[in-house]
Amino acid sequence: MKRSTLFVIALLVLLGLFALGAVVYQRGDAGAEAAARNQILLGRLHAPTIGAPDARVHIVEFLDPACETCRAFYPFVKNILAANAGKVKLSVRHAALHPGSEEVVRILEAAKLQDKYWPTLEALFASQDRWTVNHRVHAERAWPYLQGVGLDMERLKKDMTSPEVAQNLAQDTADAKALGVKMTPEYFVNGHPLTEFGDKQLLRLVQQEREKAYP
Amino acid sequence: MASQPVMGTVARAEHAAGWSLVFASWLIATAATLGTLFQSEVMKLPPCELCWYQRICMFPLVVMLPLALFPFDARVVRYALPLALVGTVVAFYQLLLTWGVIPESIRPCTQGVPCSETQWVWLGFITVPLIATLAFAAISALLILTNRKTRS
Repeated sequence: MKRSTLFVIALLVLLGLFALGAVVYQRGDAGAEAAARNQILLGRLHAPTIGAPDARVHIVEFLDPACETCRAFYPFVKNILAANAGKVKLSVRHAALHPGSEEVVRILEAAKLQDKYWPTLEALFASQDRWTVNHRVHAERAWPYLQGVGLDMERLKKDMTSPEVAQNLAQDTADAKALGVKMTPEYFVNGHPLTEFGDKQLLRLVQQEREKAYP
Repeated sequence: MASQPVMGTVARAEHAAGWSLVFASWLIATAATLGTLFQSEVMKLPPCELCWYQRICMFPLVVMLPLALFPFDARVVRYALPLALVGTVVAFYQLLLTWGVIPESIRPCTQGVPCSETQWVWLGFITVPLIATLAFAAISALLILTNRKTRS
């Protein structure tokens, strides 16, 4: 065989193996290893979780209470939970990306200690445009809207500055950074990130994971 | 091959052996390059700092060695061998890190991906730093052999 022919064949074989490997790898469990790694960071116990504890499809949402898209997506995600009762659960992690929203996250974290996380979140979302103006957060303006939730306000204020709340905030921030969360809301379904943002894309990812978990 | 100088039988045999050795080096370098690219680009495993230094030594060989194959030029050893040797040293250093022979305190890369942490293990002992060390060492050995065979 001519040397040049040998060289070209060897080159093509190596490139072919690379391409074949890439196709096989991607068709196999795409990003399964990355998802498994993400799961470690996503499975923090402090995160408020709603849905059946033994549900095999786990949505982890990084949200900012001041983020409009998070508010807009909230009913949509709740619908997904309702439509897949027992099979899908949702955990919320906080990524306070808006200036000043860390204070509101503290309210949420403190409300969680009174088992009032979800009603507080809903009250904050419902009044979001009252305390967030032009993406600037005025946490003090949110207080009146929390009246109906039934929180022990004295305790809430004390808990907001507690080490436990501070630790949860720091943990969420560190994990968000490690997972590359740069915008909210960011969803992970069983560790798989939403590669393209959108409601249909999220629904598709949930369905895909549900089919894997409940064949 | 009209442009090639006229060679005696011995010279031609040496030339053929040298060509095969450089070709084999290129095969190893290309397989290693595609292997590391597969891990970072397809499997999306972030390369650690030491991996980058090894890549700097490995990637040029993929381009440089074929240039010496057509037509064969034994002097490529002069340019390729230093890269292969530096790569061997860096890869072996990382191998020692993963084995824990070199203590944690003098690890050069604590930020980002730790170099002492292996992403996967085959059959209980085959890791990327081990493969890299063997690949660089094999290329170095083949190039030294090329030098021996073709030195006249």
